[in-house]
Amino acid sequence: MKILVCISHVPDTTSKINFTDNDTKFDTNGVQFVINPYDEFALTRAMWFKEKQGASVTVVNVGNATTEPTLRKALAIGADDAIRVNTEAIDGFYVAKQLAEVVKNGNFDLVLAGKESSDYNGGMVPAMLASILDYNFANACTGLEIDGTNATINCEIDGGKETLSSSLPLVIGGQKGLVEEKDLRIPNMRGIMMARKKPLNVVDALETEETSVSTSFEKPVPKGACKLVDADNIDELISLLHNEAKVI
Amino acid sequence: MSVLVYAESSEGKFKKVAFEATSYGKKVAEQLGTNLVVLTINASDSSELNTYGAEKVLNVSNNSLKSLSAKVVANVIKQAAEKENSSVVIVDSSANGLSVAPMAAVNLNAGYASNTVGLPSSTNPFIVKRKAFSNKGFNFTEVKTVNKVIGIAKNSFGLVENLVSGSIEEFNPTLIESGLTSTSVDRSTGKVTIADADIVVSAGRGLKGPENWGMIEELAEVLGAATACSKPVSDMDWRPHGEHVGQTGKPVSSNLYIAIGISGAIQHLAGINASKVKVVINTDAEAPFFKAADYGVVGDAFEVVPNLIEKLKKFKAQNA
Repeated sequence: MKILVCISHVPDTTSKINFTDNDTKFDTNGVQFVINPYDEFALTRAMWFKEKQGASVTVVNVGNATTEPTLRKALAIGADDAIRVNTEAIDGFYVAKQLAEVVKNGNFDLVLAGKESSDYNGGMVPAMLASILDYNFANACTGLEIDGTNATINCEIDGGKETLSSSLPLVIGGQKGLVEEKDLRIPNMRGIMMARKKPLNVVDALETEETSVSTSFEKPVPKGACKLVDADNIDELISLLHNEAKVI
Repeated sequence: MSVLVYAESSEGKFKKVAFEATSYGKKVAEQLGTNLVVLTINASDSSELNTYGAEKVLNVSNNSLKSLSAKVVANVIKQAAEKENSSVVIVDSSANGLSVAPMAAVNLNAGYASNTVGLPSSTNPFIVKRKAFSNKGFNFTEVKTVNKVIGIAKNSFGLVENLVSGSIEEFNPTLIESGLTSTSVDRSTGKVTIADADIVVSAGRGLKGPENWGMIEELAEVLGAATACSKPVSDMDWRPHGEHVGQTGKPVSSNLYIAIGISGAIQHLAGINASKVKVVINTDAEAPFFKAADYGVVGDAFEVVPNLIEKLKKFKAQNA
């Protein structure tokens, strides 16, 4: 089984979010970039398939050279090789089209991605990729087992859970549950040393029209101070929620 | 030309997000000077959509669409959009909608803007405002294609009544194969789900143990709220994983979020800060949640919550 894990390169959750160039660009100054947390679940599940079922695991990112440390980290966690599609990630549709080329050229039969990235939270890429490739797709997956060319998938749906079965090839939008958080892996020294020697192939981007572009950014309006209510005066809290906030 | 909204129903009934998408679609249609068409699948009473401005409803009734595979629905949307000459398609952010919208965009070769809040700031060029960076920023996106798919963020626009007398047309699209087989569906019945709830009552480690959740459930019941919990609580198996809200758990965008005994780690706040009004109850006045909350009570949950329940019961009785 050939697995492709899509890795998004995102600011760490604790990053301060600022914009520059007249609010048209995200300010990367002082920002630590990490593997998208949702992708980490997918990558760790892929490592399980590698170790227990002999799958090969390739990681891929669509981005410029600044994303390479993030791909190296994925290699240090245990992926066999990495691909970087050398271009700016313009929007989700553009990224999905680039990834579709990678999947076709590499004959991958299982594509794992986080259900969304923690920066733009768009949730666009996995479903678009599946749709372009005409592969089966399951989103918000909390469990995945592969037996030969058959997959059993657990998904979150509105108000509950669903179990699906599908044949490969397949695209998965994954989240916590694919593996538990405690099972996520931190690269060790040996992994980091080995990752330096693993192949990281840079490929040219497919030329395609952009379907949407970011024009500017805006910060949320700063929130007013928290109104403190005395613990002995809960009636006031109820009154505020009813009369001021109008939520009860 | 027209604006097409896909209004999802579950077991024949519309969810609030379907009415929200319809309300939003009506306003977008007005901005563009065109009509609104709403597509529904297996809804028992699609005339409810007229209240929110649906001038025309395309009603698909087909038992084989019961499981609503995203791929099949996305294809039905494509057929409806082509039939109605719709260049703007609007989909809600229900779990299914989040898969349907990007697939419909590929089918229609449309630019797709997910997580949209508010009406387009301009229609030519077509620019929408979207949530980004876990609600720590907004992004303005220009959709450049002729066809456009807009995913509207949950609880971002609200319901706007706009009663019109609409027509209902039966629509019989060709159905493609889903490729997936649903082997089991397990829906919690009778409980308000976090995704649909207007109010969410959430508790953390400050509650000291799973045996103390009775008062949280009671508070939720009084408010008609869903119950949720912080990550440590689900990690310790005090509460089911499905209740975990925060960055890697479920997102919350309710009208009211009440956090009890939750300190407010940044990962927790990232998942819940789309909620409109946040209340924190915590013994530690220095807890970071107080910086994110609108209203706060510094106090012991074991005293404040029972008191709050009692007072709310009285309030509800008076305002019933």
